[in-house]
Amino acid sequence: MLIQLDFLAVLSEWPLLAKGIAWTIGLTIIAATLGVALGVVCAWTRVYGSPFFKAVVGSYVELIRNTPFIVQLFFIFFGLPAAGVRLSPEVASIIAMVMNLGAYAAEIVRAGIEATPRGQILAAQSLGMRPLRVFTSIVLPPALQTVWPAMVSQIIIVMLGSAVCGQISTEELSYAANLIQSRNFRAFESFIIAALIYLGLSMALRKALSSVGSRLIFGRSKEAQRG
Amino acid sequence: MVEFSIATIFEHLILAARWTVLLSLMAFVLGGLVGLALLLARIASKREGLKPLGYAVSAYVQLFQGTPLLMQLFLAYFGLALFGVKTSAWTAAAFALTLYTSAFLTEIWRGCVEAIPRGQWYAAKAVGFGFVGELRHVILPQAGKIAIAPTVGFLVQVIKGTALASVIGFVELTKAGGMIANASFKPFLTYACVALCYFALCYPVSAYAKRLERRLATAR
Repeated sequence: MLIQLDFLAVLSEWPLLAKGIAWTIGLTIIAATLGVALGVVCAWTRVYGSPFFKAVVGSYVELIRNTPFIVQLFFIFFGLPAAGVRLSPEVASIIAMVMNLGAYAAEIVRAGIEATPRGQILAAQSLGMRPLRVFTSIVLPPALQTVWPAMVSQIIIVMLGSAVCGQISTEELSYAANLIQSRNFRAFESFIIAALIYLGLSMALRKALSSVGSRLIFGRSKEAQRG
Repeated sequence: MVEFSIATIFEHLILAARWTVLLSLMAFVLGGLVGLALLLARIASKREGLKPLGYAVSAYVQLFQGTPLLMQLFLAYFGLALFGVKTSAWTAAAFALTLYTSAFLTEIWRGCVEAIPRGQWYAAKAVGFGFVGELRHVILPQAGKIAIAPTVGFLVQVIKGTALASVIGFVELTKAGGMIANASFKPFLTYACVALCYFALCYPVSAYAKRLERRLATAR
């Protein structure tokens, strides 16, 4: 049986693909920034918070980690309007991605925080630093640095997971692929191209995040250590 | 018209959850077998100068870890049909999830094999074991012990991954939830119930994985 693949039919729709890529990257950047921030706050709560908030954050983390992303997304997009909260697909996607990444990031950051030597905290306290200051300038930077590779992997997983957001008509890459195949019936070709683009994106994202980590986030703290 | 109470919703969801369980187990078992074969290929490629085999396995892993599971499902659904295989949503989902699982498991297990000190390999060789003997009697029993906790942990990912099969029209927990939400006009309640069902499936598994991990950490 002869199969004729026509990739050009898909590639000629490049404006749609480009728009999809832009949405995927945009969603990922927003979700990564807010999600890591949420993760740090949750990790702080789980280590230093009051028992009540510890329990709240603990249930949030377990609830998110033990349910599929697509169900979280559908709950936010289809379920919440019934409770009076109406969201656009894009906002629902971002909320779902941030909530999802936040839970995983909380666990990742917590592992880093717990690895901080106790002596460093005592030393900072003896210098008269306030608890919040101890956390933000003594505990957090090396903790983030230690767990950054795991965080990068998690952000990539969230980026790949964003393919599901096309199901609620957020116009990201997989939505573009679906749209293209519904126009020219080249389903296999358009999903292959989309998959390859995702592959490229995940490799590029890993490179970019690793260098962002070593230059922007940790570069200064290393200088400070040397100085 | 059927009135949808919480009890009816749960009744329908639990019936559909059987498919989620079946699909997860199938993907996990078959994926484990394929993953084991890939692991052996990778180990063998290191020893006998069969380098390309090792690269091929790495590329396979990278391909499945670097693309969304959703795309893999779509490709299986539309791609198998192109090659003349008659596909249903079930076969496509089982096929894609099996390959996806195999790529992740082989990578997890590779880490476990590499955690075994070099000396164990040399010792096994010194006692006169061949390649198969080394693996069977020395390396795999030790690697298997460290592999159990992350493997069980990955089962959670597989269970959650089966939710995407709903997108290609396979009626499992998520798809059933969508249908019930549409029929009952109670999407909030229905999706909350769906999430609870997944939680009931996944939480015991991840708690068990965590316990195994802790036990292993104290044993060492």
